[in-house]
Amino acid sequence: MTPVLTLRVALRALVRNKLRAFLTTLGVMIGVGAVIAMVAIGEGARSRVEETFAAMGTNLLIVLSGSTTSGGVHGGFGSQPTLTWEDLEAIRNELTTVRRAAAASRATVIVAGEEQNWTTSVTGATPEYFDVRAWQADRGTVYGDAEQESGAKVVVLGKTVADRLYGEGADPVGRTVRIRNVPFTVIGRLASKGQSPMGQDYDDTAVVPFSTFASKLQGGLKQYVAGAIMVSAASSAVTAKAQRDIEALLRERHRIEPGDDDDFSIRNLAEVAGAQQEGTRTLTALLAAIAAVSLLVGGIGIMNIMLVSVTERTREIGVRMAVGAKPRHILAQFLVEALVLSLAGGLIGVGAGVLAAERLAEAFRWPLLLRPDAMIAAVAFSAAVGVVFGLYPAVKASRLDPIEALRYE
Amino acid sequence: MAIIRVQGLTKVYRLGEGVEVHALRGVDLAIEAGESVAIMGASGSGKSTLMNILGCLDRPTAGRYLLGGREVSTLSRNDLAEVRNRAIGFVFQSFNLLARTSARENVELPLVYAGAGTRDRERRAAEALERVGLADRAGHEPSQLSGGQQQRVAIARALVTGPRLVLADEPTGNLDSRTSVEIMALLQRLGREGITVVLVTHEPDIARYASRVVVLRDGMVVSDVRQQAERAEVAS
Repeated sequence: MTPVLTLRVALRALVRNKLRAFLTTLGVMIGVGAVIAMVAIGEGARSRVEETFAAMGTNLLIVLSGSTTSGGVHGGFGSQPTLTWEDLEAIRNELTTVRRAAAASRATVIVAGEEQNWTTSVTGATPEYFDVRAWQADRGTVYGDAEQESGAKVVVLGKTVADRLYGEGADPVGRTVRIRNVPFTVIGRLASKGQSPMGQDYDDTAVVPFSTFASKLQGGLKQYVAGAIMVSAASSAVTAKAQRDIEALLRERHRIEPGDDDDFSIRNLAEVAGAQQEGTRTLTALLAAIAAVSLLVGGIGIMNIMLVSVTERTREIGVRMAVGAKPRHILAQFLVEALVLSLAGGLIGVGAGVLAAERLAEAFRWPLLLRPDAMIAAVAFSAAVGVVFGLYPAVKASRLDPIEALRYE
Repeated sequence: MAIIRVQGLTKVYRLGEGVEVHALRGVDLAIEAGESVAIMGASGSGKSTLMNILGCLDRPTAGRYLLGGREVSTLSRNDLAEVRNRAIGFVFQSFNLLARTSARENVELPLVYAGAGTRDRERRAAEALERVGLADRAGHEPSQLSGGQQQRVAIARALVTGPRLVLADEPTGNLDSRTSVEIMALLQRLGREGITVVLVTHEPDIARYASRVVVLRDGMVVSDVRQQAERAEVAS
């Protein structure tokens, strides 16, 4: 008996009981649908969060100087300068887990073009800043070490600032802006990064060399870094390790005794990202539970209906055996029938899952990410459910005694 | 040469708690090729058990069964299935056609398990239906056929693999007397074509169309008579 023929017999048996077949596959359908929706939701949410945090910078750690306490008032992190330029050098050069490190400081000032002005947050940063934040110019260029060393009066505008000063989409390169009355040459415009998770506009900024910032805009702190050190870890896998390395290094450099508090703090944005993902993880876990339970119930439903089918067709089995069907032929017939049921459920479930994922992606406004591998896995799993739960009824059918089967009323 | 030779055939059913039923108590029988044998007996005489063993649906507790010279009483389930497929055709009292399946597909069924190709199956099924005079009903399902027609489809199914032996268990039990004679005429024609027909019946009217009548009682052969078979003819 060829596989095609076996399949045809199974299909015919199922088509005769369309409603029953449909209801039987419902469990598998829901299970697979939940799996597909779950994976799509998980992926969509993850990519959204990743996108958001990639905008902040790759594998970003932010080292802030310590807090002051005077008269019982805690000044907050950064109020007491403790990080030195030598600390920055040490972080850059001594740690293998650190790829890049930049110093950055901010001030809110008015940036004036020829006709318009705009109040924005100007960042003074060493040139590594652009790399650490994975931020490139889409017009002109960013500055390098030469400008940092010479204290050149150059500025790279964020897209929002450029738009405000020169009109939507205008190329600001070569223009002169005045910041605190100091003329700066615009050498580039940064590619747009959009909004932060809190709604802050990343593009509403202007970046100048740290040296220029310190000498012309804000005033410096000599050996101390006024502001923060932004660190890019060597890879996402070592971000936590980099954090521990920096902590150990700074404690040693600042001669902090074991047990004493740090005079700095390190923010790990990967951790924040993780917390952001926590919510979707709960949703994913819930869907996984639904998927597991409905696949189990679906499997039991298939087993149940196959047992009914075997009983109903006992006489048919007897006839088939009498005319020469071997036990394995009968086994294959019922196993294929169960397989067709579960596979059909799996395929319809994939369709339903894709629809559900589309709806959810729309509702939550995250990208629709359909994973073909997840779909294939889900269909394969539904097939496995069919085989596992179809096996017992099929074995039962194949072991029937032909005489009793023929006599069955 | 005898197509069927059984020697000392016994069958014991164990019903549990030490209760044993001796359905066959040493049956010896030799049936020559081309004979038509009616096996008769009251219910419980063992004729169904004998028929099941002759049909390779069951195995004897003891004794030998040579089918076409081959010992089949000790074969495995798979081998028995093959013997049933190739060497034996079955005709049942209740026809046992697959419901909602066309006559042609019902006839093709044994060929499916014999591994025949689609073309081969279609050709041989058409031939078999032609032999029983139902070529024009090939596409009909059992529910669209009369009892006599259904039994003829069943006979076509029994013949389709070209067996030397056809076993018929009360083949006319569900048919009116006129149709019964038609079916017997068909079975007699098979006998003339060299096919051995063994039928179980409790109707003497049917047994007279056989060339030999074997009577069983309490699991033993009590009478074995050869006779001039009456020719089954439908009064028109």
